Amino acid sequence: MSLRSSRDIPSLEITPPEIYRERRLFMQGMGVMVAGTALGITSDAQAGAKLADVHRSPYTLNEEKTPYKAVTTYNNFYEFGPGKSDPAERAGSLKTRPWTVKVEGEAGKPGEYDIDSLLKLAPLEERVYRLRCVEGWSMVIPWIGFPLSELIRRAAPTSRAKYVEFVTLDDPGQMPGQRSDILDWPYVEGLRMDEAMHPLAILAVGLYGEVLPNQNGAPVRLVVPWKYGFKSAKSIVRIRFVEKQPLTAWMRAAPREYGFYSNVNPHVDHPRWSQAKERRIGEFLKRDTLMFNGYGAQVAQLYRGMDLQTFF
Amino acid sequence: MGAILRNPKCALFAICLLPLVRLVVLGAGSGLGANPIEFITHSTGTWTLVWLLVTLSVTPLRRLTGRAELIRYRRMLGLFAFFYACLHVITYLWLDQFFDLAAIAKDIVKRPFITFGFAAFVLFIPLAATSTHAMMRRLGRRWQRLHRLIYPMALLGVIHYLWLVKKDLTQPLIFGAVLVFLLALRLPWGLSALRAVSNRLLAISAQRAGRDAVSPGIHAIKQGGRFMRSK
Repeated sequence: MSLRSSRDIPSLEITPPEIYRERRLFMQGMGVMVAGTALGITSDAQAGAKLADVHRSPYTLNEEKTPYKAVTTYNNFYEFGPGKSDPAERAGSLKTRPWTVKVEGEAGKPGEYDIDSLLKLAPLEERVYRLRCVEGWSMVIPWIGFPLSELIRRAAPTSRAKYVEFVTLDDPGQMPGQRSDILDWPYVEGLRMDEAMHPLAILAVGLYGEVLPNQNGAPVRLVVPWKYGFKSAKSIVRIRFVEKQPLTAWMRAAPREYGFYSNVNPHVDHPRWSQAKERRIGEFLKRDTLMFNGYGAQVAQLYRGMDLQTFF
Repeated sequence: MGAILRNPKCALFAICLLPLVRLVVLGAGSGLGANPIEFITHSTGTWTLVWLLVTLSVTPLRRLTGRAELIRYRRMLGLFAFFYACLHVITYLWLDQFFDLAAIAKDIVKRPFITFGFAAFVLFIPLAATSTHAMMRRLGRRWQRLHRLIYPMALLGVIHYLWLVKKDLTQPLIFGAVLVFLLALRLPWGLSALRAVSNRLLAISAQRAGRDAVSPGIHAIKQGGRFMRSK
């Protein structure tokens, strides 16, 4: 009698882990939805709740995802303190509901969106992106969100809208880190209009299938995967269309070290450390940092003709 | 075990090992967090500076209290500072850079904070190497001159820390303030301030002793003489 070798099953027929995990996630999500409906609660209430109706997206990666625990306990979110574990320990004081995002400035249709209407603004997708921190570490995170361009289109920016400014909540009562003036609060970030309209730029409302945990920028944050992490403003309360390039929080704090563009670039070092390599959280050896964090094919044309040493 | 720890030198040795024990215990669980190499680098660096500052506080403390025997612990404290500095450097060379010599050389030349940290470590080596009694005897007066290198070395160490943090300077500034204070206590006006405070303390204790007993004044005067003489 011969034993059947594993070759008898063509590898094509083996469900890849991403898919079966996703199936499990989907089933769990269904379970929560059913239970939630039975109890008369909505599933989108608080961090940790499963997000329903999440679509798969072509924007995924063949790289191992950073474990949920690391993604939610190793954070830079100075509004809760400068330490990496501060946000996870202290972000409980942030109240993400009710929450309104003002869309204003050079726009034909300015408005206010409460978080529930934002969640229904466009179909939610899962995007598995690399995240490269300016400090030299990186992660792979399955975000849930929708393209920023969906919101921008609805706001009908005028021809004078050259940049988009993002402002984080400024409330030392909820954000204890703001009681120290380590940065000039509120946190401000910005994108050029074409960057903001790029399909890779998303507004994220969740990760790992769940409502965004507070320490990751709940209830809504920006994710711009080809730029250093600090460009992706968290806990956004205002999106404003402006004519002049916004002065971002980090440019104000250290203009020599942080530029407006802050694209991931292994050839342009931080004045105090190299950006050529990065430590992927969970890995031992450093890996090479990729130009535009590996998204060059999609975004390099945004910067054609620009000297990236000057516009760092 | 208890008997050993009652020996102050052994107890201090055990205390100095605690930060390392903590790292090992945390590492055995998964307590080092999402970026263990960063955690180890920061922890060993911090403890190098802590033991350096403790070493530098032995002499002022001796002058303040007149307890000459404190000097017996200084060498061990200094060597523990060197021990943590070695762990820190090994973490950087091995875990962080994985002996990528080209990258390391570039780092040392191009990154001011690494240049300073590396220089501090280089200055530390001869101090550790000449810490034995035999070397002290052989070098004679030159030994003390050589060991004054600890001052610039500690300054380089603190600047190294100050320069690497992204934004929150609180902790490096605390180390810097303590270091400046400890160095100032070695300058002429620092020395006289120290002397004034210790005489004051002595007067108070003499007063108390005078209240409590009949003839302890002589003891106090004897003690006073001892630390007035100390440099």
